Order: sequence, then C-alpha cells, then structure tokens
Amino acid sequence: MKLSREEVIHIAALARLGITDAEIEKAREQLSNILENFEVLKEIDTSNVPPTAQSISLVNVLRDDVPQASLPAEDILLNAPDREGDLFKLRAVLE
Amino acid sequence: MSDNLNWLTIHAAHELLARKKISSVELTQACLDNIEKVEPKVKALVTETADFALAQAKKADATIAQGKATPLTGIPALMKDVLCTQGIRTTASSKMLEKFVPPYNAAVIEKLIAAGMVLVGKTNLDEFAMGSSTENSAFFTTHNPYAFERVPGGSSGGSAAGVAAGEAIFSLGSDTGGSIRQPAGFCNVVGLKPTYGRVSRYGLIAFASSLDQIGPFTRDALDCALVMNVISGQDKRDATSAPEPVPDYTKNLNGNIKGMKIGIPKEYFVAGMQPEVDTAVKTAIKKLEELGAIVDWNVSLPSTRLALAVYYIIAPSEASANLARYDGSKYGAAFLNTDSMWEGMEKTKQFGFGPEVKRRIMLGTYALSSGYYDAYYLKAQKVRTLIRREFDAAFTKYDALVTPTSPTVPFKIGEKANDPLSMYLSDVCTLPINIAGVPGISIPAGFAKGLPIGLQIIGKPFAEETLFRISHAYQQVTDWHTRRPMI
Repeated sequence: MKLSREEVIHIAALARLGITDAEIEKAREQLSNILENFEVLKEIDTSNVPPTAQSISLVNVLRDDVPQASLPAEDILLNAPDREGDLFKLRAVLE
Repeated sequence: MSDNLNWLTIHAAHELLARKKISSVELTQACLDNIEKVEPKVKALVTETADFALAQAKKADATIAQGKATPLTGIPALMKDVLCTQGIRTTASSKMLEKFVPPYNAAVIEKLIAAGMVLVGKTNLDEFAMGSSTENSAFFTTHNPYAFERVPGGSSGGSAAGVAAGEAIFSLGSDTGGSIRQPAGFCNVVGLKPTYGRVSRYGLIAFASSLDQIGPFTRDALDCALVMNVISGQDKRDATSAPEPVPDYTKNLNGNIKGMKIGIPKEYFVAGMQPEVDTAVKTAIKKLEELGAIVDWNVSLPSTRLALAVYYIIAPSEASANLARYDGSKYGAAFLNTDSMWEGMEKTKQFGFGPEVKRRIMLGTYALSSGYYDAYYLKAQKVRTLIRREFDAAFTKYDALVTPTSPTVPFKIGEKANDPLSMYLSDVCTLPINIAGVPGISIPAGFAKGLPIGLQIIGKPFAEETLFRISHAYQQVTDWHTRRPMI
C-alpha cells in the first residue's frame, strides 16, 4: 500500500517540514517501502506484553531542588538567530 | 621513535609520559603532523583544534612534571561532533548546526578534560548520527583508511577512521543502532557501546533518547577499559544515567577466560553475509574456545528478525520529537525573511536538514500520528519487550554472546546511497543490542582482501568488565588489533 500524496503532505505539515513536489513523490516511494517492512510486526501476538519505553528499570528519579547558577544569558544568546536586548526575538505565533 | 608516537596505545603512551621519556606536547604534535599528512585522504575531521590541543598539552606536561599523571593525562583524542564542546563549534555534521557554538561541555567532555585529555578535533558523522557510512554528512564523506574508495562505517565514521589513521590515540562516538561498533569493525579498531545508562548523555545532541549511548574507540581492550573508567557513572543532569557503582574496568584483565560460557546466536549469521566474514568470525570463536571458554554454537534468539522493524519505528519516532527543537528560534540555522513565522520554521527545516534526517522525521511523525500510534510505536515497544526478554533468558545461561559486528566488510562509497533499506540492513547485527539496552563491543578479528572484519561481543547489563576480559584475552593471542593501514 503506497502512501497517498495527501498523506505525505499531512505528515510534513505535522512535522512543520517544508517539502517540494519532487520530495513528495520520492517520500511516497521510500516511506511506503520502509513501512512495508514493518508489516512483520503485525503477526506477533503482543496482547499480554507490556511496552518497553527504556531498557533499564529506573523509576521516579528524584533529587532535591537546590537553587544554583544557570548559564550566563549572554552565552546562550550568542547562538540566537535574532535577539532584542536579553531576549530571543521571534515573530508573532498568532496572527 | 618520535615519528610513531601517534600510533601508541593509551597505556603505552602513559608509561612514556609518566617516565618523562616523551612529553604531551611531542605526542600531540605527532598527532597534528599526521593529521596534516593523512587528513586530505581520510577526511575524518569537521574541526581541528590544534591551538587548543597544544595549550592543553602544555598544561598536561605541567601536571606530569608534578608527578600527578593519571592514565589519560596528556593523551590526544578526537570527539564525535555531536558531543558539545564549550566554545568549540559542534555541528552534528548538519547545515542546521554549522555555526552552533555550545555554551557548555557535555558531561563526558568535562570528565575527560578534568582527566587531562588533549582535544585535537571534532569528527565527521552521518548528519545527526543517522546513517551507517558518513555519506549523510552535510559536509563531506569520510574515507576508510584501509581503502579510500570505501566507507568507514557510521554514523561515528570520523571517530573510527581518525583512530585507525593515527590522527589521535583514542576517540569517542555515540551508538544508537550500531554507530560505534559498525565503524569500529570497518576500521579495525575497538569500539564499545556501553549499557544504556552507564555513561551520561548530558550534552550529547539527541537522536533517539531511549537508545543513544556514548562510548570509546581505542586500539585495544585495555585502552577501552581506561577510557570507561573516566567517562562512566551517574550524573544528576541525565536522569537515565544509572546509579550502579563504576568498577576499575582494568582490574580483571588477566588473559584468563577459562570456563566462561559463551553463546553463539545463529540468527546473527544472516542470509547475505559474506563468506569471509563468516569464516573470520568462526575462527575467532574457536580461538576463544582454545582459551578455555565453553562455547555453545546452537543458541537461538528468534525475535532477532523483528529488531530491524522495531528499531526503524522507535528510533525515527524519538528522533522526530527530539529534532522538533530545530525551529530557527533559539539556535541553529534560521530563515527569517519569510512572510510568517510558520513559513520561516518550515523553510528552516527544509534547508537545514538533509534527505535522510527528513526521511526519519517523516517516518517518526507518521508512526506517532493519530490513528497510527498503536499500530506502530506502541506495537514496536511491545516487541521491544520480547527482544529484551530473549536476551535476559540467554544471559541466565551465558556470560556473553558472540556474533559478527556487520554481515559485510566495508562497502564502496555510493554503493548503498540510493537505497535506504539496504543501508539500514548493514546494522542488522548491532541494533538488537540497543533495543535490549545491553553492552556490546566490536574488536578486530581479521581481514578479507585487506578489508577489516569485526567481532561483536555482547554482555549482561553493566557487565562491560566481562567484554573487556574476553577482548583482552583474545588480543593476547592474536595481533589483528596491532595492524595499521598503509597510508
């Protein structure tokens, strides 16, 4: 089953990934091939099997909340694509 | 002598440094000179840090003069360019981070610098560690020092090739599905993926957080143990790092593996495996038998065949979540001259990421999306449990499992570049180990027409010591690991 053009466009939109027409066609082909190889899992009975999220059995790792110095704002902002004073500058999310 | 300093092991270099037969500045200069000579052919480095290295080497020499040298003091090393280095750009071999300069050091970098390590460069990789050949680097492909027209493996190809080509004494990489062990096998060096949680991932640029682990590339098992002594241990900044105490990994390297129980899972001798690899691996296993190990040639881990599908659902799913942060707002590439913020974000990702990264983001986004989550991601996590249980059961009977690292010798550059699925298959022997979270090491085990072959040894959780013991014993009676490429 090949992914439809609309499905690929929908996935790219969910990921906020810009995509060209040529890339859409290539993605349909390649993603479908890869997904076909996942079919092998469908025949496995996992009705009584719990999922593994990570492989070591650490749960609820807690520590005291101790205030400490964070990185200097200037060091962080050195990598900012755009800034205004001590702030990251972004355009409006809601228009 | 001084021409060859860059080819020393950590332990041999340490002895010469501590006895003041050589200085760290001389050792570092030997590496830098060799980089100048071989780098045009190998292309292992994204960034060379010569000035920083020489300054660190001088400091190390002062420490040594005070008689305070520890095993890594003054030892030149390379770091995969996904490990954040304060003030030194860290790119993940991506256009997205081409100009990113981290404001802090990764936990492993902190520890190594405190131990006196000398950083000579940051190494090339498949973009964001996604790939098996370094061909997915946004900058250039690294070449295998044993055959320049072939890949060094990946994703930590630069770290493997750099050590194999004598550019430094050791290096670090990261391994999500084989990214340390497969290139170690391809480049005739030792490469360890530690147990999940053994090494702090703080400051590692994340790919798939439940699978990623940092580990060393070295020239022998003793060196690997020495590096692990420094980088292992719990770190409060990585909640998944484990509280297990860190032993002295060098303690039991006595060459004795008599009575050790080793299982050979038959599913790892896959169809399409090259006969030379099959022969070399079986010869190596017989060597372990001669050393007194009790080998069971007939072990079965039937869920192995499901590992590829499980991996290529879980890893891209986690990657799609981890890479969502590259949106052009806080750091990294950004498209600011668009009509809207959303369009800018889409363009940032479109031009910042390469084809393989985009493929995996889309794959993961699909597997996590409404209506598909149960069928793909949750299903994969359940089958992950089955794979883990098989390892747990095997380790009630065996101290270690031994397999090929990769079904083939290094392939040619370009050979698999247009076929993502055949590229994914080159990690078929290594990725079940990340799924189970157990440790695995690749050690040199022979050559086919001059091309390296790796042997993978898999251990119980937190039993890195066992892997070092077997590897070290094997290296006492073989000399594959001492071979060097002719470059």
